Amino acid sequence: MIITRLEFLSRTRLDQHTLDIWIEEEWLVPERADVELAFSEADIARAQLISDLIADLGVNSEGVGVILHLLDQVHGLRSAMTNLLQSQRDKAETTPKIS
Amino acid sequence: MKDPYETLGVKRDASSDDIRKAYRRLAKKLHPDLNPGNKDSEERFKDASLANELLTDPDKRKRFDAGEIDATGTEKPRQRYYKDYAAEAPAANSYNNRSGYADFGDTDDLFAELFRQQARQSRKAPGADLRYRLSVDFLDAVNGASKRITLPDGGSLDVSIPAGIQQGQSLRLRGKGAAPAGEGAAGDALVEISITPHRFFTRVGDDIHVELPITLSEAVLGARVKTPTPSGSVMLAIPKGSNTGAVLRLKGKGVARRGGHGDELVTLKVTLPQQANPELESFLSTWKPGPGYDPRREMQS
Repeated sequence: MIITRLEFLSRTRLDQHTLDIWIEEEWLVPERADVELAFSEADIARAQLISDLIADLGVNSEGVGVILHLLDQVHGLRSAMTNLLQSQRDKAETTPKIS
Repeated sequence: MKDPYETLGVKRDASSDDIRKAYRRLAKKLHPDLNPGNKDSEERFKDASLANELLTDPDKRKRFDAGEIDATGTEKPRQRYYKDYAAEAPAANSYNNRSGYADFGDTDDLFAELFRQQARQSRKAPGADLRYRLSVDFLDAVNGASKRITLPDGGSLDVSIPAGIQQGQSLRLRGKGAAPAGEGAAGDALVEISITPHRFFTRVGDDIHVELPITLSEAVLGARVKTPTPSGSVMLAIPKGSNTGAVLRLKGKGVARRGGHGDELVTLKVTLPQQANPELESFLSTWKPGPGYDPRREMQS
């Protein structure tokens, strides 16, 4: 499901200028379909997180970059851990029991 | 619902600035995106957001203090956070960053082994499943058939359609999906079947329904009539005096199912000649159905 730039702006209540800055800072990395930007639901949720960080948590723009970078690593690590646990579980199921 | 002052840990006469600060302090600790995988903090964050929303709106705060509204906020709390997307499809999430533990692979401890194993696993991960849609003739779906799909890349795929396949059913062709990135097995092809309707057969479960037009004399005198079934025509014996709407059953002429076949149900429909027929008219003008005959008897009140 692709979300256009206009739809993205209306759903996140951001203005174009702010969006430009966020993309420039690489806080958001939307895909490009031809020349248009194509956003996903994950991009919207991420934009809401950035708004929360700035508006509710009082994080300044330097801090947002640091937090997002660390969060992306946390999620990378969490998914690695999930896969790992799953593979351990699969292995346990396929290993025949010795009686 | 907890008392919003208690939730935020402020006094009842706290200034709006105090409330804002208290909420910010809690949010930093509890924001779900900063606590992925922690259900409890998500719940507490929701409570804190609702409390904050209630108490930072002077009008709502006044009404709450006066006991006019309860502590449940009005705005729907957010259902999904960024963490939900980040966790959903880790491979597809372009933001995920796996650079932070590359050094694990160099050491010789438990983690190193676990991560090496994961790297091996992802190398051996199977290719993706590919989905196709195949439109199948009604009779092919009933009798079974063999079809060839031409793929977008110019290749082709042979699909053997089992007799009695249902609308919307999917066939899984092992190993016919996308090639794996590493050395794993190829994915599967999933072919969703859509059945095109027939001119006169319809299917209800395992039974085939058909409407069979018959002449007036076949209806009155009885006859043997050639009747189509999915597996070819058969001679159907129509008893004397069969009316429109009478249903005859052809056993085993329906759709294949476990341990046999369904039936074909033939609904008779008496049909008069399309052109005016003087002989029939002159015959009927002398014909009397006899006393007491009234086809509309049931309709009389």
